[in-house]
Amino acid sequence: MADYALTQRPVYVGAPRRGPVTRLLEDERWLALVLLLPTMVLLALFIAYPFVKGVELSVTDAKVGVPGVFVGLNNFIALAQDSIFRVAVWNTVVYTAVTTVFKLAFGLWLALLLNRHFKGKALTRAFVLLPFIIPTVLSTFAWKWMFDPTFSVINWALFRLGLITGRINWLGDPDLALISVIIVNIWRGVPFYAISLLAGLQTISPELDDAAAIDGARPWQRFWHVTWPLLLPVTMVVVLFSIIQTFADFQLVYVLTGGGPANATQLFATYAYQIGIGTGLLSQGAAISLAMFPVLLVVVIVQLLYIRRVETL
Amino acid sequence: MARIGRRKLLKLTGVGALAASSGGIAAILAAGRAPAYAQGASVHWLRWNDFIPASDELLKKEIAPAAEKALGFKLNIETINGNDLQARTTAAIQSGSGPDVICGLNNWPQLYPESVVDVSDLAEEIGKAQGGFYEESKVVANDGRKWIAVPWCVLGAMIVYRKSWFAEAGFDKFPETWEQYRDAGKKLKAKGRPIGQTLGHTFGDAPTFTYPYLWSWGGKEVEADSKTVVLDSKAAVDSVKFMTAFWKEGHDEGGLAWDDTGNNRAFLSGTICATLNGASIYLLAKGKPDTYQDEKGKPIFEDLAHAPLPKGPAGQFGYHLPMSNMLMGYSKNQKAAKEFIRWITSKEVYQRWFDSQKGYSVGATTVWEKDKLWDADPVMLPFRAAARAGRFPGYAGTADRKAAEGLSKYLITDMYAKAVQGMPAEDAVKWAHEEFVKIHA
Repeated sequence: MADYALTQRPVYVGAPRRGPVTRLLEDERWLALVLLLPTMVLLALFIAYPFVKGVELSVTDAKVGVPGVFVGLNNFIALAQDSIFRVAVWNTVVYTAVTTVFKLAFGLWLALLLNRHFKGKALTRAFVLLPFIIPTVLSTFAWKWMFDPTFSVINWALFRLGLITGRINWLGDPDLALISVIIVNIWRGVPFYAISLLAGLQTISPELDDAAAIDGARPWQRFWHVTWPLLLPVTMVVVLFSIIQTFADFQLVYVLTGGGPANATQLFATYAYQIGIGTGLLSQGAAISLAMFPVLLVVVIVQLLYIRRVETL
Repeated sequence: MARIGRRKLLKLTGVGALAASSGGIAAILAAGRAPAYAQGASVHWLRWNDFIPASDELLKKEIAPAAEKALGFKLNIETINGNDLQARTTAAIQSGSGPDVICGLNNWPQLYPESVVDVSDLAEEIGKAQGGFYEESKVVANDGRKWIAVPWCVLGAMIVYRKSWFAEAGFDKFPETWEQYRDAGKKLKAKGRPIGQTLGHTFGDAPTFTYPYLWSWGGKEVEADSKTVVLDSKAAVDSVKFMTAFWKEGHDEGGLAWDDTGNNRAFLSGTICATLNGASIYLLAKGKPDTYQDEKGKPIFEDLAHAPLPKGPAGQFGYHLPMSNMLMGYSKNQKAAKEFIRWITSKEVYQRWFDSQKGYSVGATTVWEKDKLWDADPVMLPFRAAARAGRFPGYAGTADRKAAEGLSKYLITDMYAKAVQGMPAEDAVKWAHEEFVKIHA
């Protein structure tokens, strides 16, 4: 056997024997493809397929249990003339814009506070996360009680403090209802900002701050010229995620008001649900959901470009 | 401390044992079929969580074993939140698997006509044996040619009110017309005891008030052809104008935010004098006399009575929530499932469930009006024949998908909600009219 092997020894002695697969994988392009394949399959399965399916639904007249036929952009044309849809668009924009500003301001403030050294730091940080940890449906039910027209603890407290004489109709008044859902969203969202920004703050070397202090920079100047620019990339990513989540928010409004009164708190997602599930018009529901896409796409592109610019500076 | 290795951990946590014994996913894939527990003759019935919990208990603890004995297959009863039923139904139809029988609310069978089995023979058989179905039960479960579901029950909606408070305001009898009711509301609100009515986005108490209210003024969505939208009428505008004033004078303004439980809480805590509801407020108060008491410390239920919605210029109407059992087209046990519907809707078996409801829901057939249950409690009597005055959204047309679209968009409810929030009556009606025109386009 050994003799045979010796006699059969090929001419190119140095190289070991390779199978066709191994040879293929030696090529970096193929190797990259193989390594990326699992991710691509996952993305295709869980992101691309539902998205394509959504697009497909939105250009048909599909209903629950009926595949439907191609109707082009009819669903979108109908939406453009739908007064409830216009209200939902406006509400969603206001809801997202207002909550994002407040969540960023409060979140940043909280992160800066938590970044200091004090007793019970770990415990406080854990507590701050609570609104984010509790399932939204549960916490929203608690808020629903707090805003209840008859039993509102907020009204009770304000009344006892002598600040109001009548009761405030939190969820019954159209403007107050939108403000109420905004308040709950801010309450729920601030911990996400705070913890993410805190993580960002901790990557900034304290020496930079110290150096600025030695040079005579005041606290505000140190924040504005040292901390903020370094925190900006993290902030942009956090804001990006938050906008996407808030824009597509559903549970909070569904539990708190069901989109009422008279559609005053109707958002894209709640309206899509109402049409798609409540009425069984899957195609129109999909069209409403998909109408969010261009807006979110622009947000993502703008922010990603901004992050790239910051990174290359 | 003893070290626990990976293998030991697997052994300790039974996950390893389970994976080892079943051969895991690989074994299932290799066998090419679903694991055994998904097979075998059994019928899966999906319902809402009943507002009368004793009924759910009866179904699960007594009816299910009885079904197994009588029919020879297992009956799985699943109950979920009423608000989630539709999402579950949609998912089941789209994925082609799920409960064999779904007990749907409202006119849901009309939303899924392509996905349910024709049950005409069964429905006709039950209707004939039990004195015929109510019109409202029929319009939601029959598409004009065939039965697409078997009517199950009707949930009566009546005004529950405080007798003593109305008497104090000079109304020994409950107001019979909207004018009288408004007058009562004005007097009672002045005493801090307003009428409570939701105009929020909630599937039960909001539309069951706003639709019959509109009909009683002579307003309607469409003509009998189900196409011509005729909402923008003098009758509708008058009804909105009246409602706006009635709301300010006699109603609790928190009602704009209530869901189906908001008025129950407000009523039981003594903040409102009357509200349109199922019998749940009364039945709950009666069941817990020590918990629910009036301002004098007496059980509140003794002061309660029920009355239908008052009369308007065009008559007196009601909209009571019908429920019907859909036999799902994707079901692999259609024969067994149909047998099950026949069995559970039969007089003997249904009687047990009907008794447990104590009048909260009435039968879908007229025979149940004669039941001895109605002798037990005179306060429940107004529910007995309530379903006779019932109409369904979509009137004067059919209770089709377009009617459901208007209903699930809360167009009629929002027409009134917008007006009480300050929109001129003409504009509110016009807005709702145009929305209906788009639906029927």
